[in-house]
Amino acid sequence: MTSEIIIQAIVTGLMMGLIYALIAAGLSLIFGLMEIVNFAHGEHLMLSMFSSFWLWSLFGLDPLFSIPITILLLAFCGIITHYFLIRYILKAKMLIQICATFGLSIFIRSIAQLLWTPDFRNVDKPLLEGRIEIGSVFIGQPQLYASLVCLVAFFGLYWFVTKTETGLALQATAQDRHAAEILGIPSNKMFAIGWAIGLGCVGVAGGMMANYFFIFTDVGINFALFAFVAVALGGFGSIIGCLYAGIIIGLVESLGGLLIDPSFKLLYVFAIYLLVVIYKPQGLFGRY
Amino acid sequence: MDSRLEFAKSEPIWNTNNRVFSIIAGLIILLFALPLFGMNSFYLHLFIMIFMHAVMAQSWNVIAGFSGQISLGHGAFFGIGAYATSFFYMEYGITPWISIFFGMFVSAIFAVLIGIPMLRLSGHYFAIATLLIGISFQVVFQRWDLVGAASGLWVTMTPEDSWFALQFHSSKVPYYYVFLVFFLITFFLVWLLSRSKLGYRLRAVRDDPQAALSLCINVSNYKIIAYVISAMIMAPMGSLFAQYILIIDPDRVFNIEISIIVLLITVLGGIGNVWGPIIGASILVPISEYSRIYLGGTGGAVDLIFYGLILMIICIFRPNGLISFIPKDILERKKQR
Repeated sequence: MTSEIIIQAIVTGLMMGLIYALIAAGLSLIFGLMEIVNFAHGEHLMLSMFSSFWLWSLFGLDPLFSIPITILLLAFCGIITHYFLIRYILKAKMLIQICATFGLSIFIRSIAQLLWTPDFRNVDKPLLEGRIEIGSVFIGQPQLYASLVCLVAFFGLYWFVTKTETGLALQATAQDRHAAEILGIPSNKMFAIGWAIGLGCVGVAGGMMANYFFIFTDVGINFALFAFVAVALGGFGSIIGCLYAGIIIGLVESLGGLLIDPSFKLLYVFAIYLLVVIYKPQGLFGRY
Repeated sequence: MDSRLEFAKSEPIWNTNNRVFSIIAGLIILLFALPLFGMNSFYLHLFIMIFMHAVMAQSWNVIAGFSGQISLGHGAFFGIGAYATSFFYMEYGITPWISIFFGMFVSAIFAVLIGIPMLRLSGHYFAIATLLIGISFQVVFQRWDLVGAASGLWVTMTPEDSWFALQFHSSKVPYYYVFLVFFLITFFLVWLLSRSKLGYRLRAVRDDPQAALSLCINVSNYKIIAYVISAMIMAPMGSLFAQYILIIDPDRVFNIEISIIVLLITVLGGIGNVWGPIIGASILVPISEYSRIYLGGTGGAVDLIFYGLILMIICIFRPNGLISFIPKDILERKKQR
């Protein structure tokens, strides 16, 4: 085991971590806003990858150019989810909220399986291909650009939430729904915006990953699990916490896979989750 | 709560609403008599599956309905139970009747280990952790050579029917009675639990943890107790299922679908109610078995689409499940007289 392999693993882990961070940020935004964990997050990621794939396969649009369309589609999907499902369960017990989004995840996944069969697909010859060689470390170009785009999108989201007026309104709603309503911020509209942005983040991540990742109906499960862990790790509702948590998970996954055994990646992440929850239950940057 | 508890304690347990009691007694006798009428093996299978799923859902009901903690990986305990009996029978020839208890014991230990860190926290942490656990168990058992890794365990078949090995090849009737007895015992015990002091405390923990804490109820301990009980109900069903199909592999007994279906049955029937899982199971299991006959083999997960849809609709319109259609005074004992 040479140092090059370890550096390689660190770089790979970092690149994956940035993608996890963006997926988790969407989840965290939704949770912070209405305290609902979207258990269908992985399925929304799957939808975004499929949207990218179908735009490529039917219209010949490269995943790189179809990203705006994917984002819009996913944002629309978020608004629909809010309008038809979440709106009704806002005041329900937590148990019902979890069951409802879990039901949504089963529903989306099995519809996708029925429509598109569980085959593995991938985008042939995308614009982003090949690899860069720095010293003895190989970096896949699609992976590199995906993580960079995710990083940019992450900071875009952070800027939006902390600096713009709509973002501040979102934060106000997250802190106290009723007080915000008194000040003239319509909470229902804010929730819809939150869902649109949260799933828009997933759209960016899924659209970029469509460049190099296999696309199949169960693809979302692992990513969603890591996103859940990242959200708990960063602290429920904290967006910047997701960045650190995502990177930690990416590194743990790739270094654990390299140093111990790649087939137990999930267990290392799970171990991290247990450790954090035992020693710092509010997460690294949590409000609660 | 206190007056109801005093009320429950002051009365003998059999002094239930008489009409309901006689209906239940009649149903039990009917269920015992059913195989005598010569049902074909498909209907026997259907009833076995209903009993099994009702118990599995009841197990989930204890943790989610009574104590309010959502476990999304309950399949793990099912798998532990299944592997416990099959492994000990194949390696050491221990009868499943003993290793069922071993499976329960191991499940209980895992429930304590998972419960201690997780159940101190709010529900989302536990739900996510259990989701991870369910998948971790599948991953570990797929790689664990001692228990056959991904190809699973093929239980050695006895040449003829044997109560010692709990294998019956000529007929499903013995399985029917085994499952029926477990079903009745479990429901009776959970019914007792729901009326006991422990049951009332668990519901207090679910409804208002802080108020429960102020009444000196150790919230996290009671959650762990509920989780252990729940795991110990789930494991025997895994054991019996393994004896029923005699081939187990990680993809089958640790499948996430098991965790989904117990959740669905309970939510459909009525969460937090002892009778909810029976209603849910007797509606959902026939749907799933018939859809397997008529729609199966197409590769499309048609029954799962319905599951997801039903789950969302129930959550939106009837959060208390189908049992909320039945007037309350029939289900509960008459309070005033």
